[in-house]
Amino acid sequence: MITIALIFAFACYGIGLLLTLWRITNGPDPADRILALDTMVINVIALLILYGIWHGTAVYYEASMLVAMVGFVSTVAYCRFVLRGDIIE
Amino acid sequence: MSLFAEILVSFFLVVSGIFGIVGSFGLIKLKETMQRLHAPTKATTLGVGGVLIASMLYFLLIKGSFSFHELMITLFLFLTAPLTALFIAKSYMQGNIRPEDVPETGGRHGWSLYEDAPTDQGGS
Repeated sequence: MITIALIFAFACYGIGLLLTLWRITNGPDPADRILALDTMVINVIALLILYGIWHGTAVYYEASMLVAMVGFVSTVAYCRFVLRGDIIE
Repeated sequence: MSLFAEILVSFFLVVSGIFGIVGSFGLIKLKETMQRLHAPTKATTLGVGGVLIASMLYFLLIKGSFSFHELMITLFLFLTAPLTALFIAKSYMQGNIRPEDVPETGGRHGWSLYEDAPTDQGGS
């Protein structure tokens, strides 16, 4: 039963990743692309934790924690660049 | 006990999958950029939260080992999601909304997007 639910969750987050990719390529505004990148990072975190459940190991939490931190910092850096034209003033 | 644990973990996995795909589908369904800012909060709050609860329950009830790494990820995501939304909204407002269209702030200084930071250091 857990296997079927895991496959369902994998499919949902995989399709979500493709939808965010569509928004990245077709976004009319830079804010749309930054938002789609942020959502893509969230989907990747969920996929990593699902992969950890699938294999039954606790190794992937560190990977998802690193992805969360790097995703937040990159989102703030992109927004700073759009706002001020520079990241570190 | 084992069947109950399996049903519980599967329930959280299915709910989180549905919320995750709703959050990503809202990105291409909603019309305006400021409306699209709503979509990732669904994926963050209930999608990733459901996945993390399912992972904790799976390792606690079936594998028999408890870990609190998931709580750290949940805390970090809940802390950073409003900040990213604020920054994205500011970067959208700077390019698309004119200073005459926003309402007054009611204070001594205007919106920080269109006005320089106050230079007086007296109050603190």
